[in-house]
Parts: sequence; C-alpha cells; structure tokens
Amino acid sequence: MTDRMLRKPHLRSPTDETLLTKLVLIGIGGSFLAFFLFLPLIVVFVEAFRNGIGRYWDALVEPDAAAAIRLTLTVAAIAVPLNLVFGVAAAWAIAKFEFRGKAFLITLIDLPFSISPVISGLVYVLLFGSQSLLGPILKRYGIEILFAVPGIVLATVFVTFPFVARELIPLMQDQGTGDEEAALSLGASGWQTFRFVTLPNIKWGLLYGVLLCNARAMGEFGAVSVVSGHIRGLTNTMPLHVEILYNEYNMAAAFAVASLLAALALVTLALKTLLEIRFDAGNAGGRRH
Amino acid sequence: MDVSVSHVTKEFARFPALNDVSLDIHSGELIALLGPSGSGKTTLLRLIAGLDQPTDGQILFGGEDASHKSVQERNIGFVFQHYALFRHMTVAENIGFGLKVRPAAARPPKTEIRRRVGELLEMIQLSGLEKRYPNQLSGGQRQRVALARAMAIEPRVLLLDEPFGALDAKVRKELRKWLRDFHDRTGHTTVFVTHDQEEALELADRVVVMSQGRIEQVGSADDVYDRPSSPFVHRFIGEASEVAVRMEDGEVWIDDRTVGLKADGNGPARLFFRPHDLELLTGCGGCFEGVVVGSRRLAGARRLEVELGGGRHRVEIDVPVDHPAAMKSGLNFRPRHWRVFPVAG
Amino acid sequence: MTSATAFKRWRVKEPSIIPGFGLTLGFSLAYLSLIILIPLAGLVWRASSLSGAELLAILTDARTLAALKVSFGTALIAAAVNAVFGVLICWVLVRYDFPGRRLIDAMVDLPFALPTAVAGISLSALYAPQGWIGAWFAPFGIRIAYTPIGITIALIFIGLPFVVRTVQPVMEEIDRDVEEAAATLGANRFQTVFKVLLPGLAPAILTGFALAFARGVGEYGSVVFIAGNIPYVSEIAPLLIVIRLEEFNYAGATAIATIMLAISFAMLLVINLIQAWSRARYGHD
Repeated sequence: MTDRMLRKPHLRSPTDETLLTKLVLIGIGGSFLAFFLFLPLIVVFVEAFRNGIGRYWDALVEPDAAAAIRLTLTVAAIAVPLNLVFGVAAAWAIAKFEFRGKAFLITLIDLPFSISPVISGLVYVLLFGSQSLLGPILKRYGIEILFAVPGIVLATVFVTFPFVARELIPLMQDQGTGDEEAALSLGASGWQTFRFVTLPNIKWGLLYGVLLCNARAMGEFGAVSVVSGHIRGLTNTMPLHVEILYNEYNMAAAFAVASLLAALALVTLALKTLLEIRFDAGNAGGRRH
Repeated sequence: MDVSVSHVTKEFARFPALNDVSLDIHSGELIALLGPSGSGKTTLLRLIAGLDQPTDGQILFGGEDASHKSVQERNIGFVFQHYALFRHMTVAENIGFGLKVRPAAARPPKTEIRRRVGELLEMIQLSGLEKRYPNQLSGGQRQRVALARAMAIEPRVLLLDEPFGALDAKVRKELRKWLRDFHDRTGHTTVFVTHDQEEALELADRVVVMSQGRIEQVGSADDVYDRPSSPFVHRFIGEASEVAVRMEDGEVWIDDRTVGLKADGNGPARLFFRPHDLELLTGCGGCFEGVVVGSRRLAGARRLEVELGGGRHRVEIDVPVDHPAAMKSGLNFRPRHWRVFPVAG
Repeated sequence: MTSATAFKRWRVKEPSIIPGFGLTLGFSLAYLSLIILIPLAGLVWRASSLSGAELLAILTDARTLAALKVSFGTALIAAAVNAVFGVLICWVLVRYDFPGRRLIDAMVDLPFALPTAVAGISLSALYAPQGWIGAWFAPFGIRIAYTPIGITIALIFIGLPFVVRTVQPVMEEIDRDVEEAAATLGANRFQTVFKVLLPGLAPAILTGFALAFARGVGEYGSVVFIAGNIPYVSEIAPLLIVIRLEEFNYAGATAIATIMLAISFAMLLVINLIQAWSRARYGHD
C-alpha cells in the first residue's frame, strides 16, 4: 500500500498550474499592486506624520483646513441625497417598467462617467459665467453660483450623478416585478409596496451606491477645481486645499489633509468589502464604474 | 483499446466518491455507466480520462498503466454534458483544435486538417455550418460538434459524460439512435455516463450499474433488467414491487403463509417482482391474497395498490384497464418472475 | 392579438399595474436634463457659435495638438499596461487562494475610492527626482515625474480597476469544462490559456481597456501634480482647458472640450459595439 503510494506520481490537475508558475504570477501581480497601489497609499500617511503628530494636528485644525473640511462635508451632504433620490427614482422607472428609449436613458445616466471632470466643471462655467447668457441676469439679482458653494455642489452632483442609479438598476432589474405585483395584489399602496417590499430588497445595493457616491463627492477635484475659484476659507474643498498647500511646498500639511481623504477611501473600501461579503459580490450591481 | 479499472478508490476531502472499483472494458464495446447522482459514475469517467487522479488503484489502457500519463498524453476523446465548445471559435476551428495544438512534429499540415474537419463535419451531418459559432447552433448540433471535436484526435477511447442530459426529449431520442449508428460505424471503445436507464438499456452493449461509489452490477440490458443482482439494481432499473418475506423449508412465506414461490435459504428476506409481470388467479392455493385499497390509471394499464396479510404489507400491481377489481374487493395473483434477497442481520 | 401588437407599435410604455411610472420617470428626466443635458447642450451650443475657421485654428494650434497627443498617447500606453497586468491580477485573484487575497481584491478598488488629488501628490512625492522611487532613477539621468512617464504612471494607477473589475466577473464564469476539453484534446496548459481562455475573454479585456483609456484621456487630478505641466511636453488636454479658462479664453476651452467630448462619445460607442458584437457572436459579454 505504502509502496504503491510512493510510486504514484502526483499528477497535476489539467486545470491547474505548477506551484512555481503560481508563485511567479502571484509575485508579479503582487509587486505590480504594491508598486502602483500600496506604495502611494503608504506615502500619504508617512509624509503626513513626518513632522510628528503635533504638526499633523495643527494642519487639520488650522482655520482654512477646518473650513475646507466643513465645506466638503456640506457639499457631500447635499449632493449625495440628491443623487440618492434620483438613483432610486430612475431605477424604479427603468427596472419596473418597459418603455421606449430605455437603453438610451441608461446610456445618458452613465454619461458623466465618460466625461473628463474638467469638462464637467467647464459646462457650468459656460452656463453661469459672466460671459454667458445667464451671467448678467444672475449678477443683477446678486445670485452667486460660480466661484461659490452652489457651483461646487452642482459640479459635484454632475460627477457623482450615476453612482446610485448604476448600482440599483441592474439589481432591481434582476429582481423583476413579481414581488411588487404580489404586494399590490394584497392591497398595499404604491408607497407601501416600495417601503416594505422593494426597499428591503435593495437596501444593501443602495448603501453600496451611496458609499461610492459619497467617496467621489468628497474627493472630486477636477470639476470642483474649475468652478470653485479657489477662495481660501470659502470655496476650497479638502482636495483643493491639498492642492494649494502642495503648491506652497507645505508638504506636511498637504499630506495631513490628504491623509484624511485617504482614510475616508480606506473606510469606504472596508465597508464596500463588508457589503460584498454580506450580500454576495455578484449582487453588488455592475461593479464597474 | 481495452481499458481496465483496477481497485480504484477516489476520495474528495476524505469523502469516498469511489470505493475499490474494478471494471474491464473491452475493445470496441459501447458501455454505459448508470446510476443516480452521487453514485460515482462521472467520477469514474473522469478518472479514466485523467481529468482527476485516483486516490488509490490503477487504470490501464491496453494493459499499460496510465497512472503516469497526463490527460493530454492519454489520447482520449471526452464529450462534456454541456458541450464545452470554445465559443470564440467557429465549428471548424473547434473540430480542428486538437490537431492544431499538436507539437510541430506531429501536427498535420493545414490542408490535411481542413480535409479531416470536412470529413468529420460530413459524419456529423453538419456540412455547410463550419463557419458558424457554437452560439448559433441548436443543442443537438452543438453536441454533435463536441463529438466530432473529440473524434478529430483519433482517440483510443471515447468518453461521454451525460451526452444527452442537456437536450430536450425529442432531440435526445434522435441523437441516441444516431450515436448507436455512429458507434457501429466507427467501432470505437465508448463509455458514456447516464442517469437515464432507458438510455442505458437501449444504447449500451453492457450496463454498469453504480450506487454510492460502488459497482452494483455489470451486464447486458437483459442481465440487469431480468436478473438484477441486488435490491438496489431491482429498484433502480424498471419498476419494482417489494414485500418483506421469510424463507423457510424451501418456500417463501409472507407472515404465516406460503405464497407458492420456491426459494433456497433461510431467514428474513425481501421479495421483488415487476408490477406488470404477474398472473391474476381466481382460486388461491398458495398465492398472494390481497385487498385493493387504491387504484390509478397508467397509460396502458391500471395500477392497483393492494394490501396483503391484513394490512401489514402493501404492494403495487398492474392489471388490464378493463379488470373489474373495485375498492375493497379481494384479489389473488402470483408473480411470474421474482427475486428474493436475504436481509442481512 | 394582431390588434394588440399593432397597438404596441406606437405605445411608449407597456401597461403595468405598478404605480409611479410618471412620477419617477418624470423626476428622473427633469433632473437629468437640469444637471447633465442642459449644461452639456450649453457647451455644444457655445462650440457651434464658433466659426469653422476659429475652431480649426484652435484645434490645429501646436500647443493644443501637443496636449491632445500627450493625453491620448499616455492614456493609450497606460491602458495597454493595465490590460496586461490587470488580466494577470484577475487571474491570480480568481484562480489562486493565498493569504491576503481578499485584501488585495479589496485594494484593487483603491483608485476608485482615493481622491485623485491625493493620488496625485502622493505619486509625485514618490517619483520626483528626490522622491522615494525617483531618487533611484535620478542618478541614471532618468526622470519620471514631470515627464510623460510620470503621467503614464498616474494613469496606470487610475485605470487599473477598470480592467480588473470588467474582466474579473467574466473570468469567474469560465467553465472548467472548457479548459478540461482543451486538455483532453491534447492542448498543454500554455495553449489552453493562450488559445482558449484569453481569446474568450477578449471582449471583456477590450472593454476594460477602452474604459481605462477613456478615463485616462480625461483624467486631471492625479496627473497635474506629477506631470510638471510643461507646454508641448507634459501638458495634458484637460489642463489646457483649465489654462484657457484662467485666461478667459472661453472659445479655446470650449473647442478643446468639444473635441474631447466627441472622442469620449466615440469611445462609449466603441465600448457598446464591442459588447453588442460579443453578445451576438458568443452569447455573452
């Protein structure tokens, strides 16, 4: 018995590679990621704490930084709920009904993903700027959109527009309309059907979309940069504040603020992973952004 | 090519999928591995192919141990249940694949490959579809392409895993007949796995009945149907009525009476017979005496549920549609053919 | 039946007992128009008010052309690098089990989650001549930051998850059957991977490549810090738009934006065509 076991060569499964091949591939992939993904992340924290925790803290509580943090939170607090409501409404219309032009509508919703953030900002400059048709009217009534908070919110809404809808549409399409029809046949109102039947089914996908939407809203740079006007303490979001500090060669402070954003990214990734484990990665929508 | 499976055991994570299985497959034979799911039939097929390695035991091709040979070296043709066609390749590319990937020294020239593909297409009656992609074919056509692809490498043995499993009933029947003709024409040693007894009995020269990782019986369709060697085979193939009996004094006893069946042996046993294979009697001197407690219509007969021994046993028998038996009426019968298996312990 | 199908022909919406169609679609369309369509239309309208000669002059301006060339060139190289390494990483993540796999899988999304400005300053700190990595290359006279190489590195960072997340689900669905079939036909592992598996993944890889490329062309935040922004050398098209805006040269900004937008739409079309073609031929994307 033992004799035969010893003689038996260990033949590899035909759908498997040799251990060496595996190690080499894992090594290459791992190095690539370490080099391009992990290292930049580590640098942020190392540079942020280079001059000690005291200086780190100073950089965050300094009035302009605090104002930038406040503005970033404000902008996200407006942009995310808006896109959440839109995402749910659009997904309801698209997933629960058959109508003409649906595919085209989905393409339009995805549009902001394929537009350069700079252009996303530019369109608002062209719409509301002093040279535009609306510019003089806005000026007469003293309404400030560009180089003010409303402009920043608009640009942020633009770039984060598809996130929630994108997660919900495939999820709700997969779930079909059977549950809703059953609820309605049992006498539930439209709102009750949504609240008690649809919402529980999509809550994780919804959360997932909100998470990604929020991360982008807080981190958006290009579009916001174009419309903000870079007024310190007033129209600087955190990413813009990072840029200003960096351009002033105030590296430690720049990386301190950046480390907050990086921490936000890490929390987002952790929650996202938890959600995927929680409700099977496959259901987490398209997973493509 | 003879294939011999010798004392093969296969464990998956300590769970025995095959337990000391031995089987001789003769050259040119068409053999069916038949069993319920989990019986180990597909595992056995994959071991023969070299897609998996046995935990213990040997597989011999023409007397030569194949344990050291990879699946590529075994030169077998394997047809998968879900075809496993390469969907980015045309029908012709699929069929020619096995020739194209040969090492340069053994690879036939392009024109030769094209000729062979043409021949095979003709054989599977799909000439003219060589430019199609698998996605553009019906299920039956795909299965035939899969077969042609496996045949292209001139395999020593053809192995088919549930070849008709994914097809609808009509196509299944057609393809079954077609495979039989195909085998008769080419004479390849062929092993196919199925859970469909009708398919196995109709198609195979010999049927290997498997259950729980073991071979229960190997034999022709007549063997396994008429002379099942175990209660499992009797229940699994065809329909079976069974009743707990006792063997004593060369007779079969139900409770305290004989039923007119001879048997050698002593002790508790189970009696098996086919519901349709019995004679109805009027008088009863040593026969089955029962009361009808249920009746339902089958296609060509009426199936009665009959209580024996005052309700201690219940069996099913078939009677002609116009048989007058009514509920609660008495009924006498005796099986024409039967098997008795002693109950262990 | 005939009348029903005849009706269907000019009905906008299939009948349904589920309520809320008008409300949700109405709101969606209004919101979409306000946020996306009207502003975009404004851009197009502004562009159309430029005369053909003006437009041509802006677009054939040497600096514009150089910027477009830098943007497209670096995005193309970065997307190609990502196509190769992204597929390799997918393979490792899908096929192998090793300690840290879950962590790596989660980290692939980092570029989606990390604000581009953070990535930008971090990469330039790494690759600047006195930076962590840049210092290794500086003695050999190789400059990474402030050259197109630096831009490419930033775009590799940004684009990687597009390839991985596009290819991964398709790779997960590969039937083991197909690989086993190739092996029974005599193909060795190398042939199985390169003749059977990868060609089957080609549509997904192409889509991921196109997505990474499209994103790279428009990328701004992660690039401006590492690029050095030297006109004609390492100045990207989105930055040139910003510069034109700061010069109050709205016509210039609009023209460059329009050409980039047109190319974005073309890319979107290409991606959709790849998917449609793949669905039609192979029955999956």
